[in-house]
Amino acid sequence: MNSKIMDIKKIEVWDGNMAASQAFRQADIDVVAAYPITPSTPVVENYATFEANGYIDGEFVMVESEHAAMSACVGAAAAGGRVATATSSQGFALMVEVLYQAAGMRLPIVLAQVNRALAAPLNVNGDHSDMYLGRDSGWINVSTFSPQEVYDLTLCAFKIAEHLDVRLPVNINQDGFMSSHTAQNIRTLDDKTACDFVGPYKAVNAMLDFSKPVTHGVQTEEDWHFEHKAKQHNAIMRSVKVIDAVFAEFKALTGREYKRVESYGMEDAEIAIVAFGTTYETAKIVVDNLKKEGINAGIIAPRIFRPFPLEELAAQLQNVKAVACLDRSAPGGTVGALYNEIAGALFNSPARPVLSNVIYGLGGRDMTVSVLTGIYKDLVKEAATGKLNGTIQRFVGVRGPELNYYNA
Amino acid sequence: MSKSIKDMGWDELVQGAALFSFEGDVDYEMSQVQPEDRNYAETNSRNAYVGDWRVEKPVFNKDFCIDCQFCWIFCPDTSIIARDKKMIGVDMDHCKGCGICVEVCPTNPKSLLMFNENTDNEEALTQWPEKSEEKGE
Repeated sequence: MNSKIMDIKKIEVWDGNMAASQAFRQADIDVVAAYPITPSTPVVENYATFEANGYIDGEFVMVESEHAAMSACVGAAAAGGRVATATSSQGFALMVEVLYQAAGMRLPIVLAQVNRALAAPLNVNGDHSDMYLGRDSGWINVSTFSPQEVYDLTLCAFKIAEHLDVRLPVNINQDGFMSSHTAQNIRTLDDKTACDFVGPYKAVNAMLDFSKPVTHGVQTEEDWHFEHKAKQHNAIMRSVKVIDAVFAEFKALTGREYKRVESYGMEDAEIAIVAFGTTYETAKIVVDNLKKEGINAGIIAPRIFRPFPLEELAAQLQNVKAVACLDRSAPGGTVGALYNEIAGALFNSPARPVLSNVIYGLGGRDMTVSVLTGIYKDLVKEAATGKLNGTIQRFVGVRGPELNYYNA
Repeated sequence: MSKSIKDMGWDELVQGAALFSFEGDVDYEMSQVQPEDRNYAETNSRNAYVGDWRVEKPVFNKDFCIDCQFCWIFCPDTSIIARDKKMIGVDMDHCKGCGICVEVCPTNPKSLLMFNENTDNEEALTQWPEKSEEKGE
């Protein structure tokens, strides 16, 4: 624990950025190296303020780019310290090369990623194109829906990443502005409870262990590369046990429950939307409204994007007649990633719901109750007829003629 | 390490492809142990033969050497073998033929000269130049 304790109330009014900063402070990190970028700037700014005011015992390193930030994180993690950083969008894109290094080198770095659209056109608002950019990088990817979840899951992230059976970096995603700049009541843990939950850092093959000189970041060619990537994939696939265990421990401590797949109203649902981030919260309101009208609607979200909860999603969609997969990222010439993955999850199962792909909310375009209600109403028709209402893919909330692609 | 890394499956390799330099813990003063007596791990790059990277090789002529140790200091691959401040020769498994040792050699004629990789060392010594009259080189 940091030597100077911050006196925080049991309930604080924090936005998602402050929630991430406070979780970082309480996790007693050895090195934070960061290059601030909108909308995650305050994560770094708050942390630097804590450091300036004596609340941080570890190092805070200002670097010259996001590539350098993640590189410094890789160096510090290989040296044997607890490490974290924050970024968004273009900064995340610049980090990508080093993201693969961090995962391949099995370094448990935690990244507070505030999701924002990728240019061009330049845009500072929230969508999931940066989250999708990192989805094959080998990081454990967590989707959060509110500032409270950012706080809780950032604390969990250190515990998951650093577990000896995992040793992989974890990316905690939150929606730019909708979560990062929305102040809400946050139920906090005091510094000692939070730090004890995260636990002491366990170094593995640390470069600063001089009794075992070690080389990190080696080159392997066709002789060993495949084996190391296989080992890495096995680690992320097997991390589900640790994720579940950490979530159970967190529930025992706080009463707040997290699952690898979150759902609402799915018990008797005939129609469902699958989506990430703050859209889940909005959809809960819509689900409640529809249930009052007698429409059995549900919302389901992969809390853990990677490792992808394929079996759990398939299980929860077995009794659903129509599903809309909502992707908040320009799919660049195909269906959205979530559509592909849900379709893949269902293909070897008996269920054959009508499956559609909705592209929404690019560059921070609002996802409202009314737009979501419209999508659910389309699903009602599809569930009744057993056929797609139109094409497989469509755009919602965009001005101009309708955009429809792929006939069933 | 009982099993060679060449025979290991993904489940047996060190995670993150971290490579250890030595077998066992280094709980002694490494600088007091000569390289040939060190317990190098299989994965230490010392076990990698890179001699075939050379096109030209340095040949050592001990008749002119003054044991100034310049070559030992400047060699970027620690391929100059010296004992008790005496130049012994070149580690041909790791020398890549960069020629820096020849460049920094201050004797006249030089005690190290570059020859084609295929030239016999005895043959090379017979081709050694005479002392040069020019100053400064």
